[in-house]
Amino acid sequence: MTTLNSRIPEGPIKDKWTLYKDHIDLVNPANKRNIDIIVVGTGLAGGSAAATLAELGYNVKAFAYQDSPRRAHSIAAQGGINAAKNYMGDGDSNYRLFYDTVKGGDYRSREANVHRLAEVSGAIIDQCVAQGVPFARDYGGLLDNRSFGGVLVSRTFYAKGQTGQQLLLGAYSAMNRQIARGKIDMYNRHEMLDVVKIDGKARGIIARDLVTGKIERHSAHAVVIATGGYGNVYFLSTNAMGSNATAAWKIHKKGAFFANPCFTQIHPTCIPRSGEYQSKLTLMSESLRNDGRIWVPKKIEDAKAIQQGKLKPTAIAEEDRDYYLERRYPAFGNLVPRDVASRAAKERCDAGYGVNATGEAVYLDFADAIKRYGTQQAKIHGIANPTAEKIYELGQAIVEEKYGNLFQMYEKIVDENPYKTPMMIYPATHYTMGGVWVDYNLMTTVDGLYCIGEANFSDHGANRLGASALMQGLADGYFVLPYTIGDYLAADIRTGKIPTDTPEFDAAEKEVQSKLEFFVNNKGTHSVDYYHKKLGKIMWDKVGMARNAKGLTEAIKEIHDLREDFWKNVKVPGELNELNPELEKAGRVADFLELGELFAKDALNREESCGGHFREEHVTEDGEAKRDDVNFAYVAAWEYTGKPSEAILHKEQLEFKDIELKTRSYK
Amino acid sequence: MSGFLSSSIARKVAMALSALFLIIFLIIHLAVNLTSVFSADVFNEASHFMGTNPLIQFAMQPVLIFGVVFHFVMGFVLELKNKSARNVKYANYNGAANASWMSRNMVVSGAVILAFIVLHFIDFWIPEINTKYILGDMSGVLPGEEGYRYFEELQHKFANPARVGAYVIAFILLGLHLAHGFQSAFQSIGFNNKYTKCVKSFGTWYSILIPFGFIFVALYHYFNH
Amino acid sequence: MNLTLKIWRQKGPQDKGQMVEYKVTDISEHMSFLEMMDVLNESLVAKDEVPIAFDHDCREGICGMCSLHINGEPHGPDRGITTCQLHMRTFKDGDTIYIEPWRAKAFPVIKDLIVDRMAFERIQQAGGYISVNTSGNTQDANATPISKIDADLSMDAAACIGCGACVASCKNSSAMLFVAAKVSQYALLPQGRVEAADRVRNMVAQMDLEGFGNCTNTGACEVECPKGISLENIARMNREYLKATII
Repeated sequence: MTTLNSRIPEGPIKDKWTLYKDHIDLVNPANKRNIDIIVVGTGLAGGSAAATLAELGYNVKAFAYQDSPRRAHSIAAQGGINAAKNYMGDGDSNYRLFYDTVKGGDYRSREANVHRLAEVSGAIIDQCVAQGVPFARDYGGLLDNRSFGGVLVSRTFYAKGQTGQQLLLGAYSAMNRQIARGKIDMYNRHEMLDVVKIDGKARGIIARDLVTGKIERHSAHAVVIATGGYGNVYFLSTNAMGSNATAAWKIHKKGAFFANPCFTQIHPTCIPRSGEYQSKLTLMSESLRNDGRIWVPKKIEDAKAIQQGKLKPTAIAEEDRDYYLERRYPAFGNLVPRDVASRAAKERCDAGYGVNATGEAVYLDFADAIKRYGTQQAKIHGIANPTAEKIYELGQAIVEEKYGNLFQMYEKIVDENPYKTPMMIYPATHYTMGGVWVDYNLMTTVDGLYCIGEANFSDHGANRLGASALMQGLADGYFVLPYTIGDYLAADIRTGKIPTDTPEFDAAEKEVQSKLEFFVNNKGTHSVDYYHKKLGKIMWDKVGMARNAKGLTEAIKEIHDLREDFWKNVKVPGELNELNPELEKAGRVADFLELGELFAKDALNREESCGGHFREEHVTEDGEAKRDDVNFAYVAAWEYTGKPSEAILHKEQLEFKDIELKTRSYK
Repeated sequence: MSGFLSSSIARKVAMALSALFLIIFLIIHLAVNLTSVFSADVFNEASHFMGTNPLIQFAMQPVLIFGVVFHFVMGFVLELKNKSARNVKYANYNGAANASWMSRNMVVSGAVILAFIVLHFIDFWIPEINTKYILGDMSGVLPGEEGYRYFEELQHKFANPARVGAYVIAFILLGLHLAHGFQSAFQSIGFNNKYTKCVKSFGTWYSILIPFGFIFVALYHYFNH
Repeated sequence: MNLTLKIWRQKGPQDKGQMVEYKVTDISEHMSFLEMMDVLNESLVAKDEVPIAFDHDCREGICGMCSLHINGEPHGPDRGITTCQLHMRTFKDGDTIYIEPWRAKAFPVIKDLIVDRMAFERIQQAGGYISVNTSGNTQDANATPISKIDADLSMDAAACIGCGACVASCKNSSAMLFVAAKVSQYALLPQGRVEAADRVRNMVAQMDLEGFGNCTNTGACEVECPKGISLENIARMNREYLKATII
């Protein structure tokens, strides 16, 4: 049995990373040419890692299931990226970013990793600007910042509402430079279906060419998994349709521990679902909460009238509106962290105050912001006694400049003008803080197997703050992994090329092949989506925003039964050796059906409420989450034993030497 | 076509420059034509000057012919390449949804203009060349008559309603060609800035007024001979 | 609502392919176009038929995967959106809808409605980057102020999602808008000026090599672009190219 060693370097927290870098083994440039690295997933983490490793001189093979790395779902991140630059002079520092992130994560992340993240955050911005990422600037030509939920400074850099897209294109441009030089072999439309271990070390992968259906063997001296989160276990989420946990789950089954799967972020500002046919949920950037005020009707009869379509929100008087976030959390108001905002919305909707036909929506209102900006603009332009219409017009222009693309997106989907009537929002699964367990070097419990970005568990604890995901992905890829992987590979300079005609590769390929053959040959009755939707419903109802022991126990059983049924009755049309989207989905859903069970088991094990994990049994008197630091200040890392429900728990005790554990209060 | 003209953008620019040259030529041509409406003498003088001045005849005329031929040849070469860039056609293609008829049918209007130029050459240019350079008569005067022959010949040509009709149709298509071509030429040479609005509205007026001028001259002589 | 769909089916790159008619019933007007396709595919699976392959991923208009030519226009009749953002309320009960893949020699069909857009990637590899290594000690991000106007214009160009609607809409299958957006993004920033001449030459050369048609300034691309990339970028690329080749 493997024991967990987080390999945190000695020394004071602010010097750990520097000291570590000064003392690790390096690989000389001539030897790097003889070392191959496989990077699976080419979003922010994988893309930046592939580019940087290739720049260093390693031979990189990168894999993406889309037709281009630039389509990875990092592209959908809207709001921004944090960095402790303190350009605004509002008292920001590395320590403060570190502190905010640990606190925002509800004290369930590893201090040393988070501090390192804060330390390299500034360099990420420098690097991206050098690459030509067009961040927003002020009129003096310097970079602009905005604020995000859960913090008291403005440290978020942004590029309109498309920050993730711009950062990904930056990383992709760096990749392109290396692809052109032949240092990256790019395998588009390929999906990793298993990892190959030789003598306990990760030495390659089995991948399927999604166009031809051909099963391929690829060897390397190290394998990096950067395949994002598992939010699609809920079927409906803000993830892309293709986002999947297959790579992460396959390595879990081959010995990598899976940590804290129950820490999943439900994002408060998504467009509510409209019907059974819904295929995904659309996120509206958290930045909207900078200016939007969240409310529901104060009177239950008003709420009922709205639900029946008999009353318009604009007709409800100011005193009859319940700005519940401002009421409950006066210090942070609408900018409380995501987990808090989501639960508060659910609480109101469960109490019957929801504002659309399904009763599952709250308002996000910009009327005040439009008025405020309009008045300000009137002053700037020297308009004396402006009319209400003029103020509205001026204010709308500012709101449009800030959030125009989001408002347009909302209008296209909902068919309502959000400038005129408040937006409707509801929480949806967004990000997974949990993931593959990694040590300080970002290596999993399998030697030579690394996991970076959202796919690993390390930096966000039980809840991620806004604009931190992009920061972590790029930190891992640009500035952490390229150092730490060298320390491991320094021992591999004499190994030479890894052959793929070994029994280990044979066995892995055979296993993959037989699974695929099963799918196309099984004459079942239900489509893959049928099972995925069922799984999603169990997850959302029983392992969703609020969980309890009874529901979780049921969920474990139900998911198990559903999985049994899936392996008997799933129907996959089409053939093996062709482009077959149903076959791709089948493999992914098969893995979700196992992951979901472990997810529920982890949630059942964690007898506390903490960050994105809320147990109804563990609340304070006023209904807030109640953490249990005495018994649960640990990372739950699960070892696969053949059945998800029988996974073995390993605990990594979290030590907080530099931050005092406190009850998180945003009041 | 090798070197610089093998690149797509360079070809575009060459199309644009030849177009701008022809746009200027049209103004001069129309200016001379319009004199025929006001004064037969001025028209005759101008025609004789244009027809006999060595600089115009032996420097400008070849350049113009080269410009016209280049514009046509390049236009058709590009059209063929562009057609081949879509080897399988759409079953349903709604070009009108996103682009004007003019912009989508430059090759159609261009072909009509080409046919017109052939007619125009047969009508005026070939007889001129024949008279001047084959028969060697550079006088501009018909035997046994007084004064220049140009105005008379012009009126004679426009007596035929079929010819006038063909001219009118050709000029309408020239207008449509210009309606897109004028501003397109500026875009191709990289001119797209705060003055583009002016260029576009000027182009619109140009593409209406120039063909209208030619049509007016033709109709004027048809009704007044 | 009930609809008749005429959809391009093609088994593989070598297959000839043809339009096939399907009927769908009880489509909600609140569905997205791709959700309507999901409904159709579910019904095909139920009938043991092979579902229709189409590219899609994020379903929020940013990844650029979805690429359907609907009723004669890329991404359908609505403006400023991708196919995944098109909603069925744009159509009427009883409508016939033509659904085809992008058509261009440079975008060969892989299967049904999926085309191979690798030509775009090769164009970007020809120069769509700034040559800077990841060192962690490039100059401070605020060391070089960049005018807000240029930064905003650069961002507007960088908003391109590389879906290929420009090529699909263009009667010439020209990729000028895509390439121009990439060239412009860097040409407008001081960081990108150093390699500007080489970049535009190499990217245009690759574009020509891929077999795209030439631009005739019809402006269809700008109209159909889901991200509103402006024709000004093409003019800018033309200028950049002339500067790089003649001057």
